[in-house]
Amino acid sequence: MSVVVAPQRLLGDVAAGDELPALNYEVTATTVVLGALATRDWRPMHHDKDFAVNRNGTQDIFLNTPNQAAWFERYLTDWSGPHGRLARVTFRMKGSVFPGDTMCLHGVVESTEVDEVGCGFASVAVTLSVDGDVKTTCAARIALPVSPDDNPWARRGDQWRPSPAP
Amino acid sequence: MTPDDALSGALDLIGKEQYHEVGEFPVERGYVWTSCASVENGNPLFWDDEVAGALTGGPIAPPSMVSVWFRPHHWAPGRTEQALPLQVHFDLKERFGLPEAVMTDNTIEFHEPVRMGDVLRTHQVLRSVSEEKTTKLGTGRFWVIDVVYSNQDGALVAVESYTGFGYRRVGDGSS
Repeated sequence: MSVVVAPQRLLGDVAAGDELPALNYEVTATTVVLGALATRDWRPMHHDKDFAVNRNGTQDIFLNTPNQAAWFERYLTDWSGPHGRLARVTFRMKGSVFPGDTMCLHGVVESTEVDEVGCGFASVAVTLSVDGDVKTTCAARIALPVSPDDNPWARRGDQWRPSPAP
Repeated sequence: MTPDDALSGALDLIGKEQYHEVGEFPVERGYVWTSCASVENGNPLFWDDEVAGALTGGPIAPPSMVSVWFRPHHWAPGRTEQALPLQVHFDLKERFGLPEAVMTDNTIEFHEPVRMGDVLRTHQVLRSVSEEKTTKLGTGRFWVIDVVYSNQDGALVAVESYTGFGYRRVGDGSS
């Protein structure tokens, strides 16, 4: 018999301007290397400081792109709960995140909507910054249940539209 | 190859499907847990079978892991050349003689969830190549590459779009 899991956050609980709790995390070389290996990214700038400095011209090894995606997903679903279904993320790297940095993820709800097939979405702007300097921005669209018995994960085919209508 | 030939050849590739590939291994939970551990992701969908059963019909992988299932092993028996993920990106670096590169933008649109045991398929599509530009990193070109993922049943799993910048460092005359 399957369990009943109550949603942590409904679309109706969310409004434009809401701030998500900030997440602060002290990045170490282990963070960078673990993230690179967890994403099967064997490129040396994510584990070899000598290569990163002398070939890439960066100050140290740095967080790779797929691992940053994992950080953004974790941040968003910490807030949404397990019913939250990521639909689309767009992020832009403005600077690198190095060992010794304390990265801060912070999000603001920009808008909410219910699409033409009844799926609820929140659009959230997330920044990843170090000492107030924005390193990466992430525009995320995440589905949230519109009622206690709604489950965005149950949507298939044409009932799931991860990008907003043009 | 002249610079004009290099650009013309690249422009010819825009919109064409390249590098159809099948994942080297089925999606598995060990890697899901390694990924979740790397970012301390405690979402019960990935750790609690009852929650996964109730919400997603069984265990799934974090959507953001979609590209992970395609990165080749660092070594494999019999392989004579280093396999590179996002081969179109490396092809462009070589085509334009740009020794360094970074990714600047990444968009992922998620469709069907990825489940344990799935063997994913992918192909790459070059979307655009810029004129030569100079940034603080050096001089080079931006390009956009889509990576399209589907599962063994042909269902679309995700479309990932990368913007890369291939460049030559300032003062580096090598090509």
